[in-house]
Amino acid sequence: MADLTDKDVHEIAQLAMLSLEPAHAEQLRVELSAILEAMAALAAVDTEGVPPMTHAMPMDLRLRDDVVAPSLPVEVALSAAATRADDCFVVPAILGGEA
Amino acid sequence: MSDICHLSLVEQARRVSVGGATATELVEAYLARIDAHEPKVRAYLLVDRDGARAAAQDLDARRARGEKLGPLAGVPIGLKDVLVTKGLATTAASRMLAGWVPTYDATVVERLRAADAIILGKQNCDEFGMGSSTENSSAHPTHNPWQPERVPGGSSGGSAAAVAAALCSASLGTDTGGSIRQPASMCGVVGLKPTYGRVSRWGLIAYASSLDQIGPLTRSVEDAALLLELIAGHDPRDSTSVDAPVPKYRAKLAGGVIAGTKIGLPREYFADGIDPAVRAAIDRCVAALRDAGAKFVELSLPHTKVALPTYYLLASAEASSNLSRYDGIRYGARVEKPGATLADVYRDSRSAGFGPEVQRRIMLGTFALRAGYYDAYYRKAQQIRTLIKRDFDAAFTQCELVLTPTAPTAAFPIGATTTPLQMYLGDVFTLACNLAGLPGLSVPAGLTPDGLPVGVQLLGRPLEELTLLKLGRAIEERCAPSPRWPSLGEEAA
Repeated sequence: MADLTDKDVHEIAQLAMLSLEPAHAEQLRVELSAILEAMAALAAVDTEGVPPMTHAMPMDLRLRDDVVAPSLPVEVALSAAATRADDCFVVPAILGGEA
Repeated sequence: MSDICHLSLVEQARRVSVGGATATELVEAYLARIDAHEPKVRAYLLVDRDGARAAAQDLDARRARGEKLGPLAGVPIGLKDVLVTKGLATTAASRMLAGWVPTYDATVVERLRAADAIILGKQNCDEFGMGSSTENSSAHPTHNPWQPERVPGGSSGGSAAAVAAALCSASLGTDTGGSIRQPASMCGVVGLKPTYGRVSRWGLIAYASSLDQIGPLTRSVEDAALLLELIAGHDPRDSTSVDAPVPKYRAKLAGGVIAGTKIGLPREYFADGIDPAVRAAIDRCVAALRDAGAKFVELSLPHTKVALPTYYLLASAEASSNLSRYDGIRYGARVEKPGATLADVYRDSRSAGFGPEVQRRIMLGTFALRAGYYDAYYRKAQQIRTLIKRDFDAAFTQCELVLTPTAPTAAFPIGATTTPLQMYLGDVFTLACNLAGLPGLSVPAGLTPDGLPVGVQLLGRPLEELTLLKLGRAIEERCAPSPRWPSLGEEAA
């Protein structure tokens, strides 16, 4: 893996939903390039036929019984809302219009 | 240093239960120590004085009425600030969650309260658990009580420092790649990372979900055994929690014998890069156990050298996914400039809320999960994770547990580690345990000639925490640091 380019850093930041000042972007480009260089060691490991490990303990996904369980009262659930209207959270408009 | 604050958690609870001390006396004793020493250590993000005093008064009233109290009666416990606490601000040491007051308790917090423990406060850590020195906290660094110009380790550095300085009786931390064991080593306390799934993570602010575990930091192995016993067990709210019986770890510690115990020494953990003073302490520990009848077998964990890049790749990928929820709308502090689009709100909120190391790991993880790179990085790392697990499976056919240094160095000076890679190398001995899902214990094994604690790490088979605790107790009896506790500029320890 060659060093990351400015364009790489910009694209990754876009995907990661981060806005980077130019100096910070350059710092990240240098640091991430060094980290990825260290990670190049992975490529040398023979993993032919080795299954990927997704979970450290063998277990099946279990579903609980489909019965109503206690949950937060509406007032409690809404207590941390930045803005509320009646029993709803109010968030910024995403399709135009007003929040 | 025989004051009530330095007694074991087990003894404190016994005294409160039988009336030898009140919960109020215990809480006031810790609050007085916090007043005296917290300005030097800075282990806490929040001390819940009112809540702790009210809980203590309630317990004392219950005892006065003749009620039988729980196994942690009146014991003041600290929590790493990634554990959610009802009515008590929880920040993960991040600006992103500043001011958030949760509406519920994590399962482990519920279980502590059910055992009559008192929640004394929330302790400092690296932001979202990402770091090895507690320097990545958005609030302030924590200082090592043994030498305040040094780090306490991380990411559960506030927890380890508070336990070592007797600013709480014990603490719960979290360990994704060593974040309980490494600070325990650097602060001279006991730190236990349970088997993956042994302890419910409901109410833990997630960092890397295939690796995170909650566990105790304590001043004795017996205290760790009791805390594990009380927080472990299946929880229907955490689908990854293991549905297996929880042993009576504390009771079963008694009578632990080590003669004939087969202990593996992986040669990859005793190669270059270990500080000679750390190596000397581990060698003394091995000699003491050999004298007590333990049998040592040298073995190999051949994929050790790639565990570090494997870990940082997987943990960062999971972090980039877990932390995508903090967008200023669904979760986290919102930054909304005039005329901003929704995407602007997301980006501005995340850029303002996350600190440098968190942004670095999100960027790294996003890179690894990107289309076209997934197979070469993320999937490759998952395959190597399988090989690392197989290394341990093979090792455990030759021995019951594995012994290594917990960290390659003792605590380093604040500000001394200047590059991310240099910092990551400090986790080199702890993170394979998380990748393989194993239990790991760090026990104090003496001091360096400079007076800094060194920890020895024990790794065991899944769900065999008791084996680790038994050998840990044997180490505690033979290799305890002297002096046992930091003086903090007061009386000799």
